[in-house]
Amino acid sequence: MTVLKTENLSIQFGGLMAVANLNLEIKKGELVGLIGPNGAGKTTVFNMLTGVYKPSEGRILVQDRNEQNQDIGQLHPYQITALGMARTFQNIRLFKNLTVLDNVRIGNHLNVKYKSVEGIFRLPGYYREEKRIEEECRELLKIFDIEHKGDELAKNLPYGEQRKLEIVRALATKPHILLLDEPAAGMNPQETLELMDLIKYIRERFALTIILIEHDMKLVMGICQRIVVLDYGRMIACGTPAEIAHNPLVVKAYLGKELENDA
Amino acid sequence: MSKKMNTVVSVLIVASILIILNVLVMLRVIDEYASQVLTIAGINVIIALGLNLISGFTGQLALGHAGFMAVGAYTTAALMMKLHLPTLVAVFGGALMSAFFGFLIGLPTLRLRGDYLAIVTLGFGEIIRVLMINLPELTGGPAGLKGIPTFTTNFFWRPVLSFALVYLTMTLVVVLLNNLLNSSHGAAIISIREDEIAANAMGINVFYYKIFAFTLSAFIGGLGGALYAPFFGYLSPNMFNFQKSVEFLIIVVLGGMGNLTGTVVAGIGLTYLQEILRFLKDYRLVIYPIILIIVMIFQPSGIMGLFGNKEFSLTRFVGKLAGKQLSGEQSSDKAGEVQ
Repeated sequence: MTVLKTENLSIQFGGLMAVANLNLEIKKGELVGLIGPNGAGKTTVFNMLTGVYKPSEGRILVQDRNEQNQDIGQLHPYQITALGMARTFQNIRLFKNLTVLDNVRIGNHLNVKYKSVEGIFRLPGYYREEKRIEEECRELLKIFDIEHKGDELAKNLPYGEQRKLEIVRALATKPHILLLDEPAAGMNPQETLELMDLIKYIRERFALTIILIEHDMKLVMGICQRIVVLDYGRMIACGTPAEIAHNPLVVKAYLGKELENDA
Repeated sequence: MSKKMNTVVSVLIVASILIILNVLVMLRVIDEYASQVLTIAGINVIIALGLNLISGFTGQLALGHAGFMAVGAYTTAALMMKLHLPTLVAVFGGALMSAFFGFLIGLPTLRLRGDYLAIVTLGFGEIIRVLMINLPELTGGPAGLKGIPTFTTNFFWRPVLSFALVYLTMTLVVVLLNNLLNSSHGAAIISIREDEIAANAMGINVFYYKIFAFTLSAFIGGLGGALYAPFFGYLSPNMFNFQKSVEFLIIVVLGGMGNLTGTVVAGIGLTYLQEILRFLKDYRLVIYPIILIIVMIFQPSGIMGLFGNKEFSLTRFVGKLAGKQLSGEQSSDKAGEVQ
């Protein structure tokens, strides 16, 4: 079953074709890696998928929570999140001056079932819901082993934990598709290994479809079932990690032109 | 002592402080002059709280709260003088009218990211003032509007009633704003200040919450103005000039953007300071900017930044006195409320 599909997805910034005619099809439960050299358009693809940029051409179809396909071309980012597709950011965008718990609580926003008036006057619905929300958020933090830091300010977390918190916050929106933009950036090898296990674990536990952008090839080759390679905004390869590793076009994109007839 | 007990005790403390202050005003221990200054301070605090909601908590700079104050004040005056509505109904009407204006301004401007709101509210404040000058049949024109019915005509009760109403309203505004900001909806509002793009990606309808916060902010600003009309009994367009808007902004900045306690403390402190400095005549207007410059250099997060930008929580304070630590308990009351 396809949960995410792009048809001829393109975006132009002035004269620059940042992404051209991208056709992606992601199946339910897949873990897909999106790789490519710097400036290949990976994050731009994410920004289009989540409504930050409007594509110049093409369509994006996303399966919503009721398994209906929706064209998300004209939707705002918050509406796309409501359909069940959440993301993290390459340059961490946490709510720095708020506590770790509040960050997750904000991610939980879509599941707040009381009205602001109930909050202002502290009616019974407020207490019931806030208690449930806090429990759910702490539960999520526990998975990533940062529950004990719930009351710290997000900006005071070490870098690796900030990345984790971004994932927790995205999970709090209860997505079925999760887009991770360089989740391992800035992590040491040990942390990266732990992160790989975590990604596998949350995929099983929350029945997620995951697309991730990553430069750490060990991570990408290690957990992705399928890899899509972008270069200059075009898809140059798509296949299993083994196929990609030996694809001449990919090698060329990363390492430059091969010396012909190595003398 | 349970959390509930703490809340009950806190409510009792706040109520008794309010009553004691009122009795002091009644017995003229706080003389008429001082109580009048305190009442004006209370009104300033209310409006600054409204401004803090949109500028401090939502992160959208607004420069026209004197305009909302004017809309609230003149509407209340009109409702009382032309339609002869009871005072409290008129006050509520004034605040509602101001909220309506806030909604209208917010609708086109809050869709945009950046400082557009500051520019538009700046214009709005001036437009309102000029309108008030040029609508003499409704506002008395540049000479001002005289003869607005006051809360009571009784010479003895007038300061007491003004004081009581203003401070009761202020307490309510503080408590209800604090409730809102501690709820998940409040967290959504604050997340817009922190990172609009991330807030959007978390499923928060940024535009909706901006409009919500701005309309509420205009409501509170109008409420302050609405109380001002029957308290003072006289309105003139020049009371609501740009300088007045800046005064509110200074209160918010000095107290700490995004801190309710700070606004209450700074609001009362600055209003009092202005009275103390009266002997300096026009030079006192120099003091304000100097204070602002000093704060910006040495304490950019405002006075509450000195205390880690935490809100003063009466319930937490009571809990500590009772010898029990309440971990992270957010309170429903602030003692800043009543100086």
